[in-house]
Amino acid sequence: MAEFTQVSADAPIATKFMNWVDNRFPATKLFKEHMSEYYAPKNFNFWYVFGSLAMLVLAIQIVTGIFLTMHYKPDAALAFASVEYIMRDVPWGWLMRYMHSTGASAFFIVVYLHIFRGLLYGSYRKPRELVWILGCVIFLCMMAEAFFGYLLPWGQMSYWGAQVIVNLFAAVPFIGEELALLIRGDYVVGDATLNRFFAFHVIVVPLVLLGVVVLHIIALHQVGSNNPDGVEIKAKKDAKGVPLDGIPFHPYYTVHDIYAVSVFLLLFAAVIFFAPEFGGYFLEYNNFIPADSMKTPAHIAPVWYFTPYYSMLRATNDQMINVLAVMIALAAALGVLKGRFGVGGKLAVLVGALVTVALLKTFDAKFWGVVVMGGAVIILFFLPWLDHSPVKSIRYRPSWHRYVYGVFVFFFLVLGYLGAQAPSDIGNYVSQVGTLLYFGFFLLMPWWSSLGKFKPVPERVNFAAH
Amino acid sequence: MKKYILSLLLAMGLVAGASASEGGIVWDKFPTDKLTDMAALQHGAKLFVNYCLNCHSASYMRYNRMRNLGLTEAEIEKNLMFASDKVGDTMNVTLDPTQAKAWFGGVPPDLTLIARSRAAVGKGSGADYLYTYLRSYYRDDTKATGWNNLAFPSVGMPHVMWELQGQRAAKFSEAPDPHDPTKTVHQFAGFEQLTPGSMDALEYDDAVADLVGFLQWMGEPSQGQRVRLGVWVLLFLAVFTIIAWRLNAAYWKDIK
Repeated sequence: MAEFTQVSADAPIATKFMNWVDNRFPATKLFKEHMSEYYAPKNFNFWYVFGSLAMLVLAIQIVTGIFLTMHYKPDAALAFASVEYIMRDVPWGWLMRYMHSTGASAFFIVVYLHIFRGLLYGSYRKPRELVWILGCVIFLCMMAEAFFGYLLPWGQMSYWGAQVIVNLFAAVPFIGEELALLIRGDYVVGDATLNRFFAFHVIVVPLVLLGVVVLHIIALHQVGSNNPDGVEIKAKKDAKGVPLDGIPFHPYYTVHDIYAVSVFLLLFAAVIFFAPEFGGYFLEYNNFIPADSMKTPAHIAPVWYFTPYYSMLRATNDQMINVLAVMIALAAALGVLKGRFGVGGKLAVLVGALVTVALLKTFDAKFWGVVVMGGAVIILFFLPWLDHSPVKSIRYRPSWHRYVYGVFVFFFLVLGYLGAQAPSDIGNYVSQVGTLLYFGFFLLMPWWSSLGKFKPVPERVNFAAH
Repeated sequence: MKKYILSLLLAMGLVAGASASEGGIVWDKFPTDKLTDMAALQHGAKLFVNYCLNCHSASYMRYNRMRNLGLTEAEIEKNLMFASDKVGDTMNVTLDPTQAKAWFGGVPPDLTLIARSRAAVGKGSGADYLYTYLRSYYRDDTKATGWNNLAFPSVGMPHVMWELQGQRAAKFSEAPDPHDPTKTVHQFAGFEQLTPGSMDALEYDDAVADLVGFLQWMGEPSQGQRVRLGVWVLLFLAVFTIIAWRLNAAYWKDIK
């Protein structure tokens, strides 16, 4: 335990007060560790604002969510009308609702950009594996939060979207039906479902989300931030132990983030005040019709941020299963012929491949679609160990790696676009190619990420004074 | 292939039956200047309570919200309230759902949000749809109501405003199918006025535009306030961004 420190009797009142607090709670210590003496690399670029922006959006979602909860009714008979009550009769209710609905999309936009930044500069590499994994957990929580929240307005899209997603769980072999029943609390999406989704949306998931965000930041501040050069700034320190390329987070990055926040709010406000539906992508038109269990909409698509994964789900049909089976067989053949395994190892590869192919053909393609959809997110967790490149940052990788990332991003966007469209033959083929490329990008990463001529990484970060 | 995907979707509960409300015609553009024209919106409100609010409800809309259209509560009570005597009430109707089903084949939908819900990505706004729909009725003796609609084929609602527009027939012609020369397609080739209405074509279009303007406003009564406030918010943020930009530069000039 720290000693009680004394200040002189004629010290200013503010000093006395902080001394009183610091003797009881490490306020100054925490502020120093995480703000004024947290040294961040000075060469952050545009891509480094999205972490702070994600926290801002999280705060917006929590605050507006609290106000919405004051008037919202989680009851199948009242929910839709209560949202309209908020939009019409509650003072500034429309603003709270639009901030919350736009905030949901904004959250995914900034987080997708934040994740992409991590990919570009290798921010998941040693020693930041746990920062990355905790980030992936946050992403999962966000998806759960968005899914549960989307049911609450109780419009047609809310209802049928939830129906479709919960029915996916029914595809799990053996326990599927019971699992779906457990999630719904009823045989169809109904009042029981709405009530439990409300509970998950306003308390369970936000609580976990907030906790994991704190862990994410603690882990980050333990290892220190990466930077666009992928250079460890802690390797070069001055006499006082301060990294030579580090600058205090506060005030330099706080003032930097205020600037980023104001630009972000400019865009955010433009959507809220001038295009809150955002052409049917942030608020879907069908969702202005109350949920009707007797009337299935002709076309059901999830909100835009889920559409890449939804495309992968739809792409996984019997044809795709055959393609996957052939690929596994080829991979196993390659492993047996070229792999440096012993006889036992080769036998294991062969048996493993046989079992996988057998399972692929045994269970319904729909189930494997769910596996593919889930796997697309889960595979992110393994990124720190899939990347075998000797350097972190894209800046010092072979130039052609940029095209690999480019193709990956392009197809991710294409998958997103197709997931919002009604199914078509062409669209389905393209989704299948996109799905294979998405998984190929990750699963083949141990191979391609170490190929090519890498550029020398500098000792210190590149920085041009502003 | 298509069959397969369809069955997959069916299995997932995606498609239970194609909605009949999807018409293939291109939507006309709703004249959006009606939204800032108080006289037009008031006229739209009058048409709405006279022609729509007998079968259709607007159950999230309160009568006294029409004060935002420049009306006083006394004016609303005197001219626009036929189904209620409390100006704070929502616009409900007493149509019996069982009877509605017998008469129209379904319960007429609530119209509060009709302009918001009928928009379609790539086709136009909900107002565009409604403006097209209410001007696309024609006589069709094969239908139970004697009416059909180009924008909403086999619609359940008869032409309520027929006295204003008069009765029209639709002419169709057979044209060669551009995708398959062996087939022909049934193509719309214009309307034919059978009996005159109390309005001419331009007057009727204008009246429908007023009504649709009201429906659009009713979908989100705060939309005008939202846009006006938005201008100020963006102006403030623009100034704030400049200050934040310079503040950032002032701090960062120390970093070499």
